[in-house]
Parts: sequence; structure tokens; C-alpha cells
Amino acid sequence: MSPRDAARIAYLILIYGFLYLPILVLIVYSFNDSKYSLEWQGMTWTWYQNLFDDPDLLQVALNSALVATLSATVATMIGTMAAVALYRYAFFGKSLLQGLIFVLMMTPDIVMGIALLILFASLRLPLGFWTLLLAHITFNIPFVVVTVFSRISGFDRHLIEAAKDLGATEFQTVRCVILPLLVPAVGAGWLLSFTLSMDDVMVSFFVTGPTFEILPLKIYSMVRLGVTPEINALCTIMLGATLMLILIAQLLLREKS
Amino acid sequence: MRIREPFKLVAIGAIGFWLAAFALLPNLLVVIASVLERGSDEFVAFAFTLDSYRRLLDPLYLGVLLDSLWLAAATTTLCLLLGYPFAYLLTRMPARWRPMLLLLVIIPFWTSSLVRTYAMVIILQTNGWLNQILLDLGLIAEPLELLYTEPAVIAGMLYALLPFMILPLYAALEKLDRRLIEAARDLGAGRVTIFRRIILPLTLPGIVAGCMLTFLPGLGMFYVADLLGGARTLLVGNLIRDQFLSARDWPFGAAASVMLTVLMGLLLWAYYLSSRRASRGALP
Repeated sequence: MSPRDAARIAYLILIYGFLYLPILVLIVYSFNDSKYSLEWQGMTWTWYQNLFDDPDLLQVALNSALVATLSATVATMIGTMAAVALYRYAFFGKSLLQGLIFVLMMTPDIVMGIALLILFASLRLPLGFWTLLLAHITFNIPFVVVTVFSRISGFDRHLIEAAKDLGATEFQTVRCVILPLLVPAVGAGWLLSFTLSMDDVMVSFFVTGPTFEILPLKIYSMVRLGVTPEINALCTIMLGATLMLILIAQLLLREKS
Repeated sequence: MRIREPFKLVAIGAIGFWLAAFALLPNLLVVIASVLERGSDEFVAFAFTLDSYRRLLDPLYLGVLLDSLWLAAATTTLCLLLGYPFAYLLTRMPARWRPMLLLLVIIPFWTSSLVRTYAMVIILQTNGWLNQILLDLGLIAEPLELLYTEPAVIAGMLYALLPFMILPLYAALEKLDRRLIEAARDLGAGRVTIFRRIILPLTLPGIVAGCMLTFLPGLGMFYVADLLGGARTLLVGNLIRDQFLSARDWPFGAAASVMLTVLMGLLLWAYYLSSRRASRGALP
């Protein structure tokens, strides 16, 4: 290996170290048997045990999972149909629609958060489960469209023509040819939406009320009071869950491509 | 032909309705709210005024605005300086390693930035990890006050946003046609010339996209400023949040948000121009 190669690899390791070191420290301390000390005092499950003994926290986690599941499902349905429509049809306002989806994805979270807050306030909707769900569906949709669309654009058009030649109706073509080929991308889109929804702080901050608490906001308010080993444990669980979902999503996207 | 209509109608209708109701309409309402007066029992009073925009120029708020722009610009610059060579080196790695290396960038991209910001707090706090290492190495005599400083906020935003810079840069660099570089080399161009005249212009859309994805969130991420920067109002994001939460001045918060949206529009325009230029310059 030449010195230049060594320098290149050293640089890569340095950046990966920067990206992963804080996360690793967080995970290690969630198992450290000491409330305040940085010294390693031995392995413990105490902090995890404390989390599971807290019924409030469990409820909050369930709330988050519920919103994430529902919003990912609705966003995947709307987003997949939109991606298929954008691929298959020419229609009035198509480039406007594409532009809007792109802009929605780029919109800073805080701008989206207050825009939705103002909408819900104008409609006199009380902030809580429903407003949160609507907001999460909204920010998930563009990510599903992009994931599914990039998969569709790699399709062999002959498959669709063949289905047509064999007498399939448009509905049958979509249901029996396009959708089955899309399953991995749709699955990946769903998983990514789910993680986005589980992790969102900024939009949720504005559109949920005291009646419906979710995990990221709970963590946020806990962290503001100070660092505790319980938060380390909770964050480690969140990281673990997200990591698992990303890996599955990546496997789905890589298969057959 | 009749049979194809239902699916098309439902698909386009659903996305069209959703975007109109939850993207277009809310933003329209923000613009309207920004030119209304502050209400006493309602959040806004229906009287036209440009007062909120005028107040954005008030020295007090202008200071926050400039601070925030500086922090976001510093973060974006650091992301670009660290991310560009990194993304370039990634594309030069052996093909069988690349998916794995790329996945290692995607993982932090998708994990919660709140959790990662919290990890940064653990590293930087006075009795934290970084201080401990510096003490053990004998580089410092007593712990530094790292937390609740501007560099801490920049470090936190850099940490949260670096993957958002690397991924578009990687996408742009990977598409780069190697033959162009070889041709330039054959024609006698030096390394600097190749970078300046070929690599840079062709990856400009990736650079602009990466800057957009780091600069805009860099203005808004109020929780990074809260957790790492202390109680001061540092970012436009904190300013907007406070208008909606504590100050109850919705028109002013809306005006600040419109400003962010305009900034986004300018950046999108820059992206459009750069990608048009890059595709015109590419080989057919």
C-alpha cells in the first residue's frame, strides 16, 4: 500500500470515527453500572429495567409506534399510487405535481411544522393524535414516491407491453405486473417512512398536544432536564430499532437490482 | 380505454388532494398570517400590516438572524470541506466494498438526529468523554467548558448534517464520467485544472443539493441549539418556535418562516441552474 492509499484510508476512518464514536459512547454508557461516573463500573441492565418499569414511557412508546405504523401505511398507499401514475400517465399538471413533491421533501421541518400548526388552528382541530397522524403522512409521502419511482424507472417496459398484448386490462397490468415487481421498493418505502415517523422531533413538536405524547418529544423533554443513564438506554433502544429497519430496507432495495 | 380511468383518477386524485390540502394550503395560510396583526384572544387579527416583516429588521432580531446565518454557513462549509474528499474517496474504493461503506453513511442519515445530538452532549459535557481524554493525555490541566458554546452548536449541527452533505455529493461523483478526466489528462491538464474545469462543474448540482440539505436545516434545528448552545436564542428556528410557543406572536413567527421559505426558493433556483448547466456540459 502506497503512502497515499494509507492517507486515504486514514481519512475515511477519521470521518467514520466522527460519525460513529458518539453513538458508540452512548451505547456503552447505557450499560455502565454507575449513575454519574465516566469510569467503567461493570455491566448492568438496571437502566433498561427502569425504562420497562415505567408504565408512562411504555404508553408513549406505543403512541409513537401507532402513529408510525398508520402514517407509514397511508403514505405508502398514496405515494405508491402517485409514483405509478407519474410513471405511466401524462396528465395536466404533472410537472407541477413533481415539483411540489420535490419542494415538500426539501422544505425545512420547522417551516412544515408551523404551516401545519396554522392549518390545524384555522380548522379548529384540537392538537393530538389526528393532527399528528396527518402531519406524519404528509412528510412521509415524498420519500415513498421517490423510493418507488426510482425503482419503477429501472423497469423493463417490454413487460408491460407484453401484458397489454396478452390482453390484460390496465387494472390487471397494474395489479399483476407492476405491483409485484414493486413490492421490495414499496416495502422499503414503508420502512423508511416508519423510521422517519418514529424519529421526528420538529414537525411533531408543533402539531401534537399534551393529550398525545410521543417518544422523540419525551426524550427531548427528558434531555433538557439533564443527562441520565435511562436516557442513554432509551436512545440505545431507538438506535437499535432504527438500525434494524434500515438494514431490512436496504436488503429489500438491493435484491434483484 | 374506459377501464384505465379509475386507477388513474384515484391515484392522481389522492396525491393531488393531499398536496393541495397539506402542502399548498398551509403555506398559503402562513403567508396570510404573516401580513396580519397579532390578535388578543385569537392568534391573529384580520387587519393587514407589514409590521412583522419590519420587525425582522429590528436590531434585536436581526442579530439572531445574522448569528443563525453565520452558524448555518459555518456548518455547511465544514460539511462541504470534510464531505467532498470523503465522498470522492468513497467512489474510488473497490466496487465490492462500496455498498457496505455507503450503508455506513446511510445509517446515521436515517437515525434520529435528536438521539445523535444527545450523543454529542455526552461527549462534550464538562465531565464528559472528550474532556476526560484531553485530561488523560495531559493536554489540559482542568476540564474545558465545551458545552453551551457556539463551537459546540456547530459541532452538533456538523454531526447531525454531515451525512446529508455526503450522500448527494457521492451520487454526483459516482455519475462522473471517468473518460472525461482521462481525456483531460491526455491533453495535458494538471490535477488542479482537471478538478477546477471538469470535476467541480460536473458535480456542482451535488454540491448545491448538499448545501441546501445542510444549510436550511442548519437554520431551523432548534433542539441542537437548545441542547448544545444553552438558553440563548441562537437560531432562527428557536426564534420561530418561541413565537408560537411562549411569545404567542404568530404573525411574526409566520414572517420568519416565510423568510426561510424564500431562502429555500433561492437555493432551489440555484440547484436548477447548476443542474441545467452540468447536463448541458455532459457528453451525449
